[in-house]
Amino acid sequence: MYRSWWKILSVVLLVYTFTAGLLLKVPHLPALEETIRNLYFHVCMWFAMMILFTVSVINGIKYLRTFNIRYDIISRQYATTGIVLGLLGYATGAIWMSYTWADPNNPAFQSFGALAREPKLIGTAVALLIYFAYLVLRDSIADMDKRARISAVYNIFAYAMLFPSIWIVPRLLPSLHPGQEGNPAMNFKDVDSSMRVVFYPAVIGWTLLGVWITTIKIRIGLLKEKKWQ
Amino acid sequence: MTTGSQNEYKKLTTKFSVIRSLTQIWTLFKKDLLLEIRQQYSFYGILLYIGATIFVLFLGIDEPEEKVWNGLFWVIQLFICINAVAKSFLQESRGRMLYFYSIASPGNFVLAKLLFNTLLMVVMSLLSLLLFSLFLGYPVVRTGPFVGLVLLGGWSLSLIFTFLAAIAARAQQNAAIMAVLGFPLIVPQLILLMKISNATFNPLLSLHASNILLLGALDVLVILLAVILFPFLWKD
Repeated sequence: MYRSWWKILSVVLLVYTFTAGLLLKVPHLPALEETIRNLYFHVCMWFAMMILFTVSVINGIKYLRTFNIRYDIISRQYATTGIVLGLLGYATGAIWMSYTWADPNNPAFQSFGALAREPKLIGTAVALLIYFAYLVLRDSIADMDKRARISAVYNIFAYAMLFPSIWIVPRLLPSLHPGQEGNPAMNFKDVDSSMRVVFYPAVIGWTLLGVWITTIKIRIGLLKEKKWQ
Repeated sequence: MTTGSQNEYKKLTTKFSVIRSLTQIWTLFKKDLLLEIRQQYSFYGILLYIGATIFVLFLGIDEPEEKVWNGLFWVIQLFICINAVAKSFLQESRGRMLYFYSIASPGNFVLAKLLFNTLLMVVMSLLSLLLFSLFLGYPVVRTGPFVGLVLLGGWSLSLIFTFLAAIAARAQQNAAIMAVLGFPLIVPQLILLMKISNATFNPLLSLHASNILLLGALDVLVILLAVILFPFLWKD
């Protein structure tokens, strides 16, 4: 029981996110109105995704230092859970976008192409494509050690190239998405204090949920590994 | 030995190792160049590829407007780069790689490859620019900056795809996996390149030095990563 405290914490924080996030008072902003509550889901999922991808890269580096296959399995599973959270982030973002950006009176937003040109969408699409490519690369190599080494190398290289595409390039292009100046959501002035009491617990809650799912997948991966030996 | 002479000795050995690695890079570079000159089919193959692609574009559209020209130009650069760079590691047989492993350090080996592919891609970029301006019109207003940008872009593309070619070769895959791995990685650079080169079509827009510096910084990052990560790729 004492080792599962963080799982309980994750459930408690997420229950808090869903109840307090939907019930507490939020600032009323034009165009956003009540949709601002999506901040607790959309932004937090992207946060969790970035954290999980970072953990994946750290385990890739650990693998290259030790050549222990365990780190390779950990690295891979964190990447897949990161992808799932990224897709969820997209889904919540699409819902949010359809209420705030997609103005039927504005001809610029009549096509999907006009919305997809959004730099932040491009950046995150690149992130997901990179990790899909990572999975394709993994599956294309039969030899286990070779697969682990090559995919760790690609993981590190891709993560380093991902940084400019998420954090630098979108700022050089015009965008509707908030957070154009400075780090989106990391700036304390961005988020109202009444929302921060839910926002930070929500980030921790989603991240812990991701970690929880991943640990189960890692256990399955390690068991499969044992069976084949 | 006194500390002074020890320092002198250290300085000399580091000087020697720098010179030795430089000569190693130069020798490996010359080897690639010589191979390219001896087996000219691959060089002419890429030339034919450039010519045929641009001719097909010429048949499909005549005199596209600036934005279309710009987009087409960079996409064609991307495909040329994949074709030109793909074989750089795939051509080396297993035995030959083992030989290089015994005589050269991995950092020098990959640096020589990067250098050679840079040269190859710079030549190909200039040729495709020439053909583009012949067949599809020339909307560029500021030629000097645009040519510089084409060289910088060719360099950036060749660096990333050289490293991916190394990965693809180690995975014993063909060039198709290079495209899968490389397209997402090249997007930020391509966006930057298209954005900057848009400014050379219009005399009213100004070129931002910060964007060009950012591209240069990305290239340096790729070189550093290649030198750090390549040793793990070629160990077996």
